[in-house]
Amino acid sequence: MEDRTTLNRQLAQMLKGGVIMDVTTPEQARIAEAAGACAVMALERIPADIRAAGGVSRMSDPKMIKGIQQAVSIPVMAKCRIGHFAEAQILEAIEIDYIDESEVLSPADDIYHIDKRKFKVPFVCGAKDLGEALRRINEGATMIRTKGEPGTGDIIQAIRHMRLMQSEIRRLVSMSEDELYEAAKQLRVPFDLVKFVHENGKLPVVNFAAGGVATPADAALMMQLGAEGVFVGSGIFKSGNPEKRAQAIVKAVTNYNNPAILAELSEDLGEAMVGINESEIELLMAERGK
Amino acid sequence: MKIAILALQGAFAEHEQMLHLLGVETILVRNLDDWQSFLSSNGVGLVIPGGESTSMMRIMRDEGLFEPIREAILGGLPVLGTCAGLIMLDRIHLDVMDILAKRNAYGRQLGSFNYEGEFKGLGKVPMTFIRAPYIEEAGHDVEILATVEGKIIAARQKNMLVTAFHPELTDDTRIHKLFLKIVEEGHPSSL
Repeated sequence: MEDRTTLNRQLAQMLKGGVIMDVTTPEQARIAEAAGACAVMALERIPADIRAAGGVSRMSDPKMIKGIQQAVSIPVMAKCRIGHFAEAQILEAIEIDYIDESEVLSPADDIYHIDKRKFKVPFVCGAKDLGEALRRINEGATMIRTKGEPGTGDIIQAIRHMRLMQSEIRRLVSMSEDELYEAAKQLRVPFDLVKFVHENGKLPVVNFAAGGVATPADAALMMQLGAEGVFVGSGIFKSGNPEKRAQAIVKAVTNYNNPAILAELSEDLGEAMVGINESEIELLMAERGK
Repeated sequence: MKIAILALQGAFAEHEQMLHLLGVETILVRNLDDWQSFLSSNGVGLVIPGGESTSMMRIMRDEGLFEPIREAILGGLPVLGTCAGLIMLDRIHLDVMDILAKRNAYGRQLGSFNYEGEFKGLGKVPMTFIRAPYIEEAGHDVEILATVEGKIIAARQKNMLVTAFHPELTDDTRIHKLFLKIVEEGHPSSL
């Protein structure tokens, strides 16, 4: 494998057991870093506001992203639209640490994702099932996250994606080797990737949870279901006490298996983000880009 | 006889795998209870992995692990710090080792790189640097073990061994074996 791909997968390994937080200002970025975030996602509007505003949503202003890069020492990620490789080139030019080719923004291309192997900068992509995850990895993604349903504060979709992915992985593991060719055909991915999952029981890259995480308990639930870390978007800065909630979610990811500590962390956090129920959503972002 | 791996955030599982490969028992430390059970089970060494040092420092303080870990290291507990672990042992963090780390010394992710460099006593060692630090100041008691372009990227001071690169990400077990040798010096025939 190419050196750069390996290094980019390895950066994701360093983020494991951590929380990546959406931030819209340098001030929020500093709060996130102080609370123990392992990286921040710089964007102009958090998903809940993107959802509320409607219209076309695009890559953030590079100047705004640079402001956040100057404010913190942890890795800074930013989003580009699905298939919009020019936006990705711009993010690479400002030396972003990770690009999220994200369904949260309006897709630029309804057929092709970005050929991520052409870039030196790493990419994280969303996936709702194993096939999507492996297709993104084949295109060069070096980190995967569930799609969840961003901006809702509802965990149900992230759970559905993580459970589906894990059960599909278990299925591949249990197959005999000659069955893998057909599995690769059905998943629409190269045989080598299917074989890796069959032999290792996991994706070849780090897999985070994203979408709808609003409480320490949500984060712990995703970790117990096999997530290796958590993205929190609207859940922190749309809540009553962002600082305290951010710290609590960070510690919940570390101690996801310790209910006594989780109980302490869940106390007195103030109001969680209001949230929108899955059945109340008109726009399913997870359906973008398969 | 067990080696603790600080498991607050980062690449602790990779160190765990490496130590298991070398036949060493490990315990993941996420909170004070874990730390105490490590101490009471004849714990002989500690690994602080790569990850984000700000994140690990925050959790370490809040979980009440900062002082106990600091005291144990000052008391002679052998410790291996890689990347963020190197930063955490320096003067302005745990303040146990007489070094000053420069964070993100090679810039952002585009500056991450692989290298094969000379390591004192080991010969050429594969080195993976991910948003890595280097050591910009080292006291008299600090033995310099490796440099890249004049910058110190591995060092030892008594019971403390640090690398700016990630030995846990390669197949090369020599750095971990060197650490186990330091553990043995402190606890003869413990492993």
